[in-house]
Amino acid sequence: MKWLKSILREVLGLFVDDGTFALAILVWLGALWVVLPHLNVPRGWDGVILFAGLALILVESAWRRARKQAR
Amino acid sequence: MVNWTHAWPSLAASFLASLVEFVEALTVVLAVGTVRGWRGALIGSGGAVGVLLLIVVVLGPALTRIPLDVVQLAVGALLLLFGMRWLRKAILRSAGIIPLHDEVTTFAKETESLRRLGDRARGWDTVAIATAFKITMLEGLEVVFIVIAVGAGGVGLLIPASAGALAALVLVVLLGLVIHRPLATIPENLLKFAVGVLLSAFGAFWVGEGMGFGWPGQDWSILGLVAGFLCTGLLIVPLCRTRGGTHAPMASR
Repeated sequence: MKWLKSILREVLGLFVDDGTFALAILVWLGALWVVLPHLNVPRGWDGVILFAGLALILVESAWRRARKQAR
Repeated sequence: MVNWTHAWPSLAASFLASLVEFVEALTVVLAVGTVRGWRGALIGSGGAVGVLLLIVVVLGPALTRIPLDVVQLAVGALLLLFGMRWLRKAILRSAGIIPLHDEVTTFAKETESLRRLGDRARGWDTVAIATAFKITMLEGLEVVFIVIAVGAGGVGLLIPASAGALAALVLVVLLGLVIHRPLATIPENLLKFAVGVLLSAFGAFWVGEGMGFGWPGQDWSILGLVAGFLCTGLLIVPLCRTRGGTHAPMASR
């Protein structure tokens, strides 16, 4: 059973490395799913908004990790 | 009918991602074969490949029964988690914030720990079989996920995605047979950076499709997303280097 646990842990590790980073991505996707249909965003801009949020999450997470290194 | 706007990025993403995974698996299987003998290494790896094929045979048809938009949303979200995790790690490695992955160091560590486990058994060498099985299973699961995730977003995409993974497997096995040592000269971080960009772009596109977004230029917007993630990644590297006070990628420890 130990090897099975280790495989399951590794499988989870495929998607989650930094918990905050993974959570931020999921929260952003959830927020868009709930909020966007009510905002009358012009067609074509919804994808741009999705990408902008993801890029911002990536920048913030990498910057935060680099700042931790500097301390 | 295969849509080639989707097909070539699917093939490239699957090939590059699988290449990285197979190289990592090869390092450990080589260590097992060198220290404990090739019989156990090949039985373990072969067993894992059999289990992985079973997973694909069971999961593949099951996925076709789920509505496409649900698959796109779920797989897209997983692909984003997976791809952006790779991209973030590759950025931090390029910036020297975390050490680079080094196959030679991994090989040395693995052979050392296998030697410490004592002499090989006469019959079934369970240590060799279990070690080879575990690494092939772990890296193989990633390949299976990548192939299914990249191939699940559209009709006929599973074929180029599988072809990409198969080509990577053949290439790594041939290189392993010829070179007979870890493939340390492959620029793994550069590959991970590229794969992270491609998988993140696919993930964002599938999520958008699943949520019913109207992508500008429709399928061509995948290329826009690739450019977007690539530019973001390339911009962050020098920023992180400055912020972290590092200069160049750090060697593996």
